[in-house]
Amino acid sequence: MFEKALTGSKRYWAWIFFLLAVIALGVMAYLRQFNEGLGLTGMSRDVSWGLYIAQFTFLVGVAASAVMLVTPYYLHDFKRFGKLVILGEFLAIAAVIMCILFIFVDVGQPMRILNVLLYPQLHSVMFYDMCVLAGYLVINLVVGWTTLGAEKKGTPPPKWVKPIIYLSIPWAFSIHTVTAFLYAGLPGRFFWMTAIMAARFLASAFAAGPALLILLALLVRKLSKFDPDPGIGAIQSLVKIIRYAMIANVFFYICEVFTAFYSNSPDEMAPFKYVFFGLDGHTSLVPFMWTAAVLAIVGIALLIFPTRENKVLLPIALLSIFLANWIDKGIVLIIAGFVPNSFERVTEYFPSGNEISIVVGIYAIGALIITVLYKIAISVREQNQI
Amino acid sequence: MSVNRRQFLKRAGALTALGLGGSFVLTGIRGKIADAASQTPSYQKQKQGLVAKHWAMVVDMSKFKTEEDIERVIQSCDTIHNIPDFGNKKDEIKWIWKDDFEHTFTESKNEYLTENFKELPFMIMCNHCENPPCVKACPTGATFKRADDGIVMMDYHRCIGCRFCMGACPFGARSFNYRDPKPHIKTINPDFPTRTIGVVEKCTFCVERLEKGLKPACVEASKGGLIFGDLDDTNSEVRKIISSKFTIRRKSELGTQPSVYYLVGGEESV
Amino acid sequence: MHKGGRIIASLIIFVGLFTIPFFYNMGKANAGPEIDAQQLANFQSIEPSINMVANHPQLFNQWRNQFVQNGQTVYVNSEGKSIDISLEKLAGDSSNQFCVSCHNYTAVKPTCWDCHSGPEGARK
Ligand code: SF4
Ligand code: SF4
Ligand code: SF4
Repeated sequence: MFEKALTGSKRYWAWIFFLLAVIALGVMAYLRQFNEGLGLTGMSRDVSWGLYIAQFTFLVGVAASAVMLVTPYYLHDFKRFGKLVILGEFLAIAAVIMCILFIFVDVGQPMRILNVLLYPQLHSVMFYDMCVLAGYLVINLVVGWTTLGAEKKGTPPPKWVKPIIYLSIPWAFSIHTVTAFLYAGLPGRFFWMTAIMAARFLASAFAAGPALLILLALLVRKLSKFDPDPGIGAIQSLVKIIRYAMIANVFFYICEVFTAFYSNSPDEMAPFKYVFFGLDGHTSLVPFMWTAAVLAIVGIALLIFPTRENKVLLPIALLSIFLANWIDKGIVLIIAGFVPNSFERVTEYFPSGNEISIVVGIYAIGALIITVLYKIAISVREQNQI
Repeated sequence: MSVNRRQFLKRAGALTALGLGGSFVLTGIRGKIADAASQTPSYQKQKQGLVAKHWAMVVDMSKFKTEEDIERVIQSCDTIHNIPDFGNKKDEIKWIWKDDFEHTFTESKNEYLTENFKELPFMIMCNHCENPPCVKACPTGATFKRADDGIVMMDYHRCIGCRFCMGACPFGARSFNYRDPKPHIKTINPDFPTRTIGVVEKCTFCVERLEKGLKPACVEASKGGLIFGDLDDTNSEVRKIISSKFTIRRKSELGTQPSVYYLVGGEESV
Repeated sequence: MHKGGRIIASLIIFVGLFTIPFFYNMGKANAGPEIDAQQLANFQSIEPSINMVANHPQLFNQWRNQFVQNGQTVYVNSEGKSIDISLEKLAGDSSNQFCVSCHNYTAVKPTCWDCHSGPEGARK
């Protein structure tokens, strides 16, 4: 099937070469970091994780969100998602690969990364996270590839993939739960040590992931002859899921804020104060957090009212929700976990140019994977439509 | 006399000579030695080494009066352990340092403390927690607690630099080599390894000195300000102080059980 | 057939490229590393029951793990001799070129001296 990715319009190739150029810049930035060390990033002794781990956390959610299509379609026989499912699975593949890359660029000794498997530590959450992520990648590769291959031949998917598809459902929940446990089990990091961290992660993932997926589906509809939702209401069904997930997410967040401020516990309150108002005159995250808050509310409002059917407003709503979650998880959550530090001092973090180039480069790799995989899926579909 | 090529190859085995002397040449070295040898090789500890069940430290605040008292202690650790000085806070590496009361004991500060008390310099280092979250977090075992004496150790050969341990340690005891440390070490102590780029490091209670029968460098330099001993030994000085005087530990509410105790107001001797 | 010809041609080019170093070195005298036989004998006597030149990386890895992870810093070899585990002691003073010359000859670049002080020229 892969040959389908090798033929395409001028526009397709222009996009591919653009992505390759961005990736090349990222690779160059990474080589610099590889030689000179993570000192080239904005991370410090106090804020020892930054953009890389934040993107990793966010993208695990995007990967897990494929389950919001797989479960209704395969478990409840919800036929409307039939054409969207494969897009979800391929998005998950790209997201997991990006996650692994973000971990890779974050470690100080990348050549030793296999030590995690050579000396497995059963008490470390990171060991389990690596295992479930790798497993999830394999599951989605197998399921996506075989179902699409069967479709190409016009046959139903082989029987043996069914159990794997069912397995992918709890597995998707597990990847994001385990990722939340990375943070939620650390004593003394009050912003992270909260019992609803995993629930929050899942809620925000099930809002941001499908939002991105619909945006991609709208693009696919525009750019190709294949329509993932030919008037069967698949997108609107997914919009409902996004809406409830986002409302749950905001609700969980309010629970956190309530607990921190009503109990008046200084340790709990400090990071929230830092992100919303600034602490000791340090306010770098404040504009981000308020933007996210406004976007979240705008997004939810647009999806509650009939505006969700509007061709122009729907993408705006989805973009707002996606960005709100990205700011919350892909920027604020990780950094604010280190503020204030163990000595109740504030050290701020500003990513360096080199660091940002690497981040953009990895996102370009993800975009390239999505482009190629979607191209294959679309070609198969277009062929079958004729 | 020099070895010629044939002798060398014979000794090295053709594979090693080709630069392929990797792990597949010999995976089960133990088995191989045991087969050929008259006696199975074994490992031992140094005979003169200091041993304990649970090493612990008491910081006697009354002994830290002047800036010199503190600097001497910090210097002793920095010089023998090849601690680099990058000249900036971002990349900073430190194993032992000082801070004031309200930042060391964040949970116990109060606004009515006198300036004198507020400015007391507390020595800070890794607490060698009995229940160390850094060890739990580490995915490779590069940070581990020694079963026999409770020291929380680092294996710099194994560390992948994921910095999960830095997030997990609630005491800010760990530093990461953001840059190559060697150019930033004033004079390298050849008897102690430097670290390499991309690994985490921290105070190790001077295991390399303990095995030679010496107390930690900072303890020696402190002239009685730092007291080091076996907490499980009822006759040890640290045990006597901790059981009979009022000492405090950092963030004891987190349950990590630090092994570094601070004796505040302990002028009279035990 | 046309296709087959092309494959064979590219195979020949491929093989040719990869054997250039071989042909390049053919006929040149290979002198072997400058190593003192006494030093080599001492090195071998660390663990007489194995071929030290071939197997010392594995043995030293084991030493390292015993030293760091278990605090066992003395190795008692198969002849009952106790040896202090110490890369610094092993490599001798900084002028001692035993390790360096052999590693250079075999083009092996161990990372030991990234951190441990060692012979002149060992650090990359
Ligand atoms: S103080 Fe920090 S680094 Fe030291 S043992 Fe405790 S948790 Fe680990
Ligand atoms: S940085 Fe090193 S010591 Fe710390 S958790 Fe990762 S592997 Fe373990
Ligand atoms: S015990 Fe040793 S390593 Fe730890 S601070 Fe003191 S001198 Fe440094």
